[in-house]
Amino acid sequence: MTINLESLPSRLAVDRERGFPDLVRALQDGVYSGALQLTRNPHDAEDVTQDTFVRAYRALGSYDPRRIGELNLRPWIWTIALNLCRNRARSAVRRPEATLTGDRVDTGPGPEAQAIAEVSVGEWRERLSVLSGPQRTAVVLHHVVGLPFSEVAESTGRAESTTRSDVRRGLARLRTLIEEETR
Amino acid sequence: MTQEEHLTSELAALSRSAPDGTLARVLTRAGLADEYTIIEGPTGAAFVAWSIRGVTAFVPVDAVGTTAGFEERHPTMATYVDAPPPRLAKHLERAMSAGRLGRLPIDMSSIGEFQRAVLAKCVEIPPGEIRPYGWIAREIGKPGAVRAVGTALGKNPVPVLIPCHRVVRTDGRIGDYAYGSAMKRGLLEHEGLDPDAVERAAKRGVRLVGSDTTNIYCFPTCRHAKRITDAHRVEFRSEAVAQADGYRACKVCRPAA
Repeated sequence: MTINLESLPSRLAVDRERGFPDLVRALQDGVYSGALQLTRNPHDAEDVTQDTFVRAYRALGSYDPRRIGELNLRPWIWTIALNLCRNRARSAVRRPEATLTGDRVDTGPGPEAQAIAEVSVGEWRERLSVLSGPQRTAVVLHHVVGLPFSEVAESTGRAESTTRSDVRRGLARLRTLIEEETR
Repeated sequence: MTQEEHLTSELAALSRSAPDGTLARVLTRAGLADEYTIIEGPTGAAFVAWSIRGVTAFVPVDAVGTTAGFEERHPTMATYVDAPPPRLAKHLERAMSAGRLGRLPIDMSSIGEFQRAVLAKCVEIPPGEIRPYGWIAREIGKPGAVRAVGTALGKNPVPVLIPCHRVVRTDGRIGDYAYGSAMKRGLLEHEGLDPDAVERAAKRGVRLVGSDTTNIYCFPTCRHAKRITDAHRVEFRSEAVAQADGYRACKVCRPAA
């Protein structure tokens, strides 16, 4: 389903309850894909995805219609999501990860294709964990989720020029890593 | 493909769809929608819906036919899921087998004050016992509202769980039920009551029974009334008669104010 993200803020401003499901439909895959790389496992990614939208809905209830109408939805949602990812990471230090068996995997492609796909998700999560926080976030938001630099910058609250160099340096670091792996 | 392009296309390939049911869970948690499923209850298959606050609906499958039929008559948006959350499932199972709510939460947030009072009072009636509509009216401090009590119970969103089948007509007949009087009788039989016997006694004019050893009178299905042996069992047509005979009302089933 394609949802017009341009007209969604004004719809949300008029009728939060009816516009909201479309907000979730439009952005849930992106939030989940990014959270898969920015949290420790699919379980956490699933929780972060749900929590992000539940918080967004509550926040919308406290905004006046004009503010809702002017929201840039994707960066706004990602500001909430990134905060939740960071909180997970922080509590993960105190509460070490159980095991991979705790992973919740969604139904989609057959088990084998899926297992291979999940391996690559996990593999990249490892590699990306080597980057600095800002670099990892910028690379994931720009290249995995597909946000333009301007929206990455708005999501993280950093300057666009800084964001560009975070992505550039992040990619350079990843290239070196892959070369080392294959050597 | 340059090395750079190769890297970025691998990153782009890490994109995934959010798990099935994400939207449903979010809408439920935001309070915008309920979830529902089909369970096996004492009256056969039933739709059960819930919000984050508790159960919002219990509808025999036969009464609405299909999931589409259920969704259409459900007051809020409802999405089908395979099973209730584990905690809710546990308390639901217990409530159905025990005939008491126990710790099963019921979402009363969209129910008005009067109906809420009626349903809360109804919950107090133990399994296997019945009370007249007038009893609820009096107990909630609205003795004149007998008819309104009937209406409130008729609109019980969670029949079976909130046992409106245990409330009967003042003349002793079992009376109507939202899903037919046969289901009401079936539920009472399931709890060990004989609806035919109850109606026969009522037809003979028996409204209350007492014990000549204690001089206390009860509703005939009160657990204390059931303990009275035949030798000491006294039947009354009305409270006035019982009181004239020097009997007082049971403090458990409270047949009189």
